[in-house]
Amino acid sequence: MEILSYLVDGLLLALQPINLGLIVIGVSVGLFIGAMPGLGSVNGVAILLPITFLVPPGSAIIFLAAIYYGAMYGGAISSVTLGIPGASTAVATTFDGRPLALQGRASLALVTAALASFVGGSVANVLFTLFAPPLATLALSFGPPEIFALMLLAFATFVGLGGDDIAKTVFSICIGLVFASIGFDQISGQPRLVLFDISGFLHGIGFIVLAIGVYGIGEMIWTIEQTRGEVTTTTPRMSVAGMISDTREAVRRGWKGTTIGSFLGFFVGVLPAAGATPGSLMAYGVAKLVSKTPREYGKGSPDGVAAPEAANNSASTGAMLPMLTLGIPGSPTTAILLGGMVIWGLVPGPQLFVNETEFVWGLIGSFYISNFAALLINLAFIPLFIWMLRMPFTVLAPMIFVLSIIGGFAATRDMHDIWLIVIFGLGAFFLRKFDYPLAPAVLAIVLGPIAEPTLRQSLLLSSGDPSIFFTRPIAGPITIIALVLIFLPALKFFRRNKSTESS
Amino acid sequence: MRIGEISVAGILALFSIYLMIKSAELPIGYIRGEGPGGGAWPFWLSAVMLICCGVIALNWWRGTSPPSQSDEPMLDAFGWRTLALVGGGLVVFVALISVVSMYGAIGIFLFYYMRFLGRHTLLLTLPVALITPFALFFFFEGAMQISMPQGMPFTQPVFDLLYDVIY
Repeated sequence: MEILSYLVDGLLLALQPINLGLIVIGVSVGLFIGAMPGLGSVNGVAILLPITFLVPPGSAIIFLAAIYYGAMYGGAISSVTLGIPGASTAVATTFDGRPLALQGRASLALVTAALASFVGGSVANVLFTLFAPPLATLALSFGPPEIFALMLLAFATFVGLGGDDIAKTVFSICIGLVFASIGFDQISGQPRLVLFDISGFLHGIGFIVLAIGVYGIGEMIWTIEQTRGEVTTTTPRMSVAGMISDTREAVRRGWKGTTIGSFLGFFVGVLPAAGATPGSLMAYGVAKLVSKTPREYGKGSPDGVAAPEAANNSASTGAMLPMLTLGIPGSPTTAILLGGMVIWGLVPGPQLFVNETEFVWGLIGSFYISNFAALLINLAFIPLFIWMLRMPFTVLAPMIFVLSIIGGFAATRDMHDIWLIVIFGLGAFFLRKFDYPLAPAVLAIVLGPIAEPTLRQSLLLSSGDPSIFFTRPIAGPITIIALVLIFLPALKFFRRNKSTESS
Repeated sequence: MRIGEISVAGILALFSIYLMIKSAELPIGYIRGEGPGGGAWPFWLSAVMLICCGVIALNWWRGTSPPSQSDEPMLDAFGWRTLALVGGGLVVFVALISVVSMYGAIGIFLFYYMRFLGRHTLLLTLPVALITPFALFFFFEGAMQISMPQGMPFTQPVFDLLYDVIY
């Protein structure tokens, strides 16, 4: 009852005119920033942080949280309409969102994304309200072996369940991981894999460079070449009746993914150093794993849009939990929020809930309001995003190329990376011609910077003994499931051979 | 497609070997007290990539992958033309950024693509090619405070004028 009374106070605080206004502005700004390729919540929050000094700390964090929410919703928009993930958190949304748009079902994809995001955010808010302190403690029991096991599981779902050539899938994962390791060795600090001794490689290859190259350039050239310039995207429908029918379909065909994404995303978001990107990718993998029709994934399954979208919103709220209760940010955006709180004179940690009750519950209340506002604003803007798809392809295509290049530069501020985007784009075009799946490479470059240090720290902990991944109570089962999935194709192959011989 | 598949696998195998050699510039084994060497992770991943190329080559030899069973050319005349006009256009676009600034290059690329590849009228092409760079300028430089490359010094007077609008 005490929690409920605090929550009501928090909601009333968030509903004050100034805070409500900031929520609406923050969500709208975040939506457009998130929809821009190369820009994500981290850019929005970082850029607008100085503005927040004009308002009281409680209103300031509410404004930033609203931007965070808006950007999470917005990431799906460019994934669906342009086929370029707006931010790393929306990579998995591209896998099924883009095929739906190409089938003329962009409205279904966007409605599914909006509803799943809302449900994911709502589930996370309830979990946050009820279990904040105990969950923060549980998250701390996740050490490097557990986190590496989770990463392994994410890769395993691609190998075990992908309908693609296994050797090409594994190649794609490995090349993504190798690209992620370019730059400096995180432990010894020595330069590593400076390809062809070009100094631009010293700062590594960002996820956004590969993602924009693959999806913004390679995929577009492939589409133009395959369709002979006559892109067969059916004209998207947009009417009130159509939206209602899409909403029904989104609920019917996306509820499983939404449920998985909402809970899994929150838990992965709570883990320090994990955040919304691994959460959304894992939710996609698990939704595919438990689906009765895994082959539909990647071809336009609403569940494939719902799972990552529910997860990235849920994880965004989850990532706030270690930040507020322990002072440990779960993602880059929460790291900036943490910095903001310190500047405002607030000390994150267990005492925050005791000493700054009004601030904490005002923030939690604003999560609920922001989530609802983001749903309404997002749904209101869907016709605008759909209108973009009605542009002739010979106008839309150069716009996508331009947004890819300028968005890529905005994210990295280096011409070396712009050239890499073009090279990756042309390379992706040829690899796509020969059926190399490219999504695993993008997944790997995102998760690589988490996977490698956690593997090395784990082996250091165990003095080089790999059994550490099997003997720990949480890491063990996850590693075993991952290995089963990795060897699943080999098992299937031997069983098929055996049955052929016997017949 | 058949020759293309084995050629691509061969190029990727060579690239994997190159990555193994580059990774081996750092220790690739286990160092007592320090854990795996800095080159271990990329080295062994590159080794797996090389093995995958071997498996792809084996599948090609057995004719089990779709491209290895196809007699179609990798790209026909339209494909090569598309690649040259679109891919080449992009390369020129990126090269022009250092000369006429990001925004100038965007305007030129949009004009080239819409007018020559899309065959749109000047009535549509010109407004799009002119308005888009300005809109992007005010979004990135004004709202997001992100500076884009400004090209060679001759573009400076235009930027000075535009910055006067923002500040």
